[in-house]
Amino acid sequence: MQNLGLDVFFKGTNFLRLLDGLWVAVRISLISVAISIILGIAVGVLMTSKSRIIKVVSKIYLEIVRIMPQMVLLFIVYFGSTRVFRWNISAEISAIIVFSFWGVAEMGDLVRGALISIPKIQYESSEALGMAASQTYLYIILPQTVRRLIPLSINLITRMIKTTSLVMMIGIVEVLKVAQQIIEANRRVSPNATFGVFAVVFLLYFLICWPISRLASYLEKRWA
Amino acid sequence: MNTSYIEIRNLSKKYTVKDNSVEALKGVSLTIPKNEIFGVIGLSGAGKSTLVRCINLLEKPDDGEVIIDGQNLLELSKQELRLKRQKIGMIFQHFNLLEQQTVLENVCFPLEIRRVPKAERKKKALEFLEKVGLADKANAYPSQLSGGQKQRVAIARVLTNEPEVLLCDEATSALDPETTKNILNLLKHIHDTMGITIVIITHEMRVIKEICTQVAVLDNGVVQECGSVKDVFENPQSKSAKRLLLIGETEEANYVG
Ligand SMILES: Nc1ncnc2c1ncn2[C@@H]1O[C@H](COP(=O)(O)OP(=O)(O)OP(=O)(O)O)[C@@H](O)[C@H]1O
Ligand SMILES: [Mg+2]
Repeated sequence: MQNLGLDVFFKGTNFLRLLDGLWVAVRISLISVAISIILGIAVGVLMTSKSRIIKVVSKIYLEIVRIMPQMVLLFIVYFGSTRVFRWNISAEISAIIVFSFWGVAEMGDLVRGALISIPKIQYESSEALGMAASQTYLYIILPQTVRRLIPLSINLITRMIKTTSLVMMIGIVEVLKVAQQIIEANRRVSPNATFGVFAVVFLLYFLICWPISRLASYLEKRWA
Repeated sequence: MNTSYIEIRNLSKKYTVKDNSVEALKGVSLTIPKNEIFGVIGLSGAGKSTLVRCINLLEKPDDGEVIIDGQNLLELSKQELRLKRQKIGMIFQHFNLLEQQTVLENVCFPLEIRRVPKAERKKKALEFLEKVGLADKANAYPSQLSGGQKQRVAIARVLTNEPEVLLCDEATSALDPETTKNILNLLKHIHDTMGITIVIITHEMRVIKEICTQVAVLDNGVVQECGSVKDVFENPQSKSAKRLLLIGETEEANYVG
């Protein structure tokens, strides 16, 4: 035990602190994921619009999200905006804003892709059967879109959860942050703590992401 | 009784993509009598699909009129058009079945939309599956069927709306000659037993020969010739008809030989 440096977990409330940090990370992810899915669907539908303005705006939005590292966005929102606008937003809220900003773009792009991948003939044959546009969307287009979307969006969700560790950069007490604190505090007594603590952090992330990615591949198989 | 049933007057349709514009239909007029099996033949790009899609207004013509059973389709409200469309069945080259649903569910679908009670829905769907000879495949999925069988399912599905007109856009073009023949026989059987007016769009001579009674030759967005299949084929007047006949004969020679 001593060699792996796992002993640090049994000191005081270290393990509880780690779980607490994990919960903060999961909470940020869950809220951002929920926002991303809901707004992403709306944005995706908008993106299929033929309007030039909407096309240009959504293109710029997507490019910003793709080019800017999330970390930079986090710093801009947390440090930059608080200074410029003199408001006070917590680190957690800034993280949610940044992850949602990212998630909505990615989700929107997925929704747009799924929508335009449905062949035009699907709309037409249902129209030819005498269905109203709303019925066509509800019974023909939506089920097919959702089926294409689920594996892709689950992939996005797992990526979002993993990326939440970035949040540590702006000082949220979050898993990696807690991990590092534990490591620092125990540098003397337990020099191998680095390995042990990161192993446990890895395990915790794995425990969250693994079921999601299993679910994703199951759904993918079933609905492919 | 040879009353006109579908009356197409001076139909025009122009597509504009970027700076290019194509006049797909240039003032097409046709009279399709009730209870006829009417063929429209033409080479690729002649405007056949555009014509048939203008008949049920999947495509909105720029000019002209479409009158079915005395009703001018262009004057109908959205809701009225929707109901009218249920009486104008359409089958496509690619069968457009819902891949995730069984054959029976696919056939039940239009009935579900029309809110027919469940028990009746199933009974009716099975009845039509019987009619197209696929009652034993009710619980299969489309991916387990051959092309000909899929087209039969599509036909059964459209029949549940009890249409008065059936538009077939290259309905057999994805099928081999033998299966084509079977599907055409099925269409003829449906025509004979249910009294449905059928419009067949094709680029293949043999399809027209097999089941049509009247034919219109479409070329370059214009009806070049129109009349009974016998007249047009034995004594073609237009250049386009002659050319199509020639192509048809070569194809037939190839198929036999
Ligand atoms: N949605 C569209 N946008 C632009 N041009 C179109 C569109 N649909 C058809 N056209 C053009 O209109 C013309 C007629 O097309 P149409 O599909 O009616 O021909 P067709 O006789 O059905 O040919 P095919 O046998 O290949 O199906 C073609 O030149 C085609 O390129
Ligand atoms: Mg066509």
